[in-house]
Amino acid sequence: MTIYPFEYFEPKELEEASSAFFEHGSEAAILAGGTDLLNMLKANILKPKVVINIKGVPGLSGIEEIDGELQLGTLTSIHDLETSKIIQENFPALSEAASFLGSIQIRFLATVGGNICRAAPSAETAPPLMAYDAQVYMYGPNGERSLPLKEFFSGPGQTVLAEGEILTKFKLPIPALRSGSAYLRHSIRQLMDLAIVNVAVSLTLDEDSETIKEARIVLGAVAPTPMHASAAEKELIGKPATLEIFEKAAQTAAQESKPISDVRSTQDYRRAMVQLFTRRALEKALPRAAQKN
Amino acid sequence: MKLLISLKVNGQTHDLAIAPHHTLLGVLREEVGLTGTKRGCDDGDCGTCTVLIDGNPITSCMLLAVDAQEKEITTIEGLAVNGQLHPVQQAFIDHGGLQCGFCTPGVILTAKYLLEQDPAPTDEQIRLGLAGNLCRCTGYVLILEAISASRDGKMQKAEATR
Repeated sequence: MTIYPFEYFEPKELEEASSAFFEHGSEAAILAGGTDLLNMLKANILKPKVVINIKGVPGLSGIEEIDGELQLGTLTSIHDLETSKIIQENFPALSEAASFLGSIQIRFLATVGGNICRAAPSAETAPPLMAYDAQVYMYGPNGERSLPLKEFFSGPGQTVLAEGEILTKFKLPIPALRSGSAYLRHSIRQLMDLAIVNVAVSLTLDEDSETIKEARIVLGAVAPTPMHASAAEKELIGKPATLEIFEKAAQTAAQESKPISDVRSTQDYRRAMVQLFTRRALEKALPRAAQKN
Repeated sequence: MKLLISLKVNGQTHDLAIAPHHTLLGVLREEVGLTGTKRGCDDGDCGTCTVLIDGNPITSCMLLAVDAQEKEITTIEGLAVNGQLHPVQQAFIDHGGLQCGFCTPGVILTAKYLLEQDPAPTDEQIRLGLAGNLCRCTGYVLILEAISASRDGKMQKAEATR
């Protein structure tokens, strides 16, 4: 539980932060909320020579609607995701997911960018962000680039961030009319636990308010990275939004998932829970889609 | 390498020279000398190190001291006014809301925040709000009673007459 000494740097500009991060390479760590970094420092999993605190870099936090998109700064706290009116109204699965992360004390410190960069398979905010087609923006030695969030994770704890690259923001299109979404998590304890399975779904209905026009089902904790249940999503499109159709899609999602057995659950139980929680999440999202006319 | 930092704790400014790898928890206890903030798991799980930053509860073991500058830090020592206890502190005494007392500072600070956000929380909301504060004595029933006694605006009323 002893943190090794390090040099500490507070850049005032993004470019300064990125060049310092590039210069020190694997000997540097980025500090944002710190709730994952400090754990890793205390466990001596990481022993950086330099810690770069990006909290003083302007423009990296905040929730704003710009030109039909929601822009989420990387430093936006999990508490702000949970309580923001604009997120609760337009992206309810994201505020629901935020409310499951850690404790109140952690949610005031932890940031959305940190939750994504940690790349835990069970990351709370990853399934909803993916279900809302989030685009992730990075800044590095070669300037800015962006990717769909689903292409950001490369394995447990692994991302496509290159040396010196810093995640700066997310952009989410504001959902279309007749869209509804939901997030559910299954864990042994209600709070202060990690997911056995977590799932975010989003449905958009056709003008008849019955046929499914668009569907997203994103599963966490059942594969090396958060994953779209793509076959289940495809199955839903063009079908009537009924419980039978939801149940079939949930079965497909369970087949697509690639869970492992670990201390939290067996593989078989996880697969069964993917089916149950996918169906429940679809059932929860449907009335929300019907309401948003 | 030491840095000169300035922390505002319970309304008082402390100018300190500390190495950047020290947490706020360690600096409060060992440099500022306020030992009411307890070190439990030192891993962000147990909530005994809870302090308020600009009124919001955080686990001080998960924040570097250098990162807590330019903010109002409130520890359990900062709740009493002129020797008179905060209403939530008094409620914990009146209802016996503690056993060994180790988790109490963190629980009281979290409870104060919860009651400021919502003066009339349900039992369920109090329980969920306290998810990050563990009581190793498992004295949750009396903790809940003490906090319940301060709801329905009673904390605010008692505060006004302090």
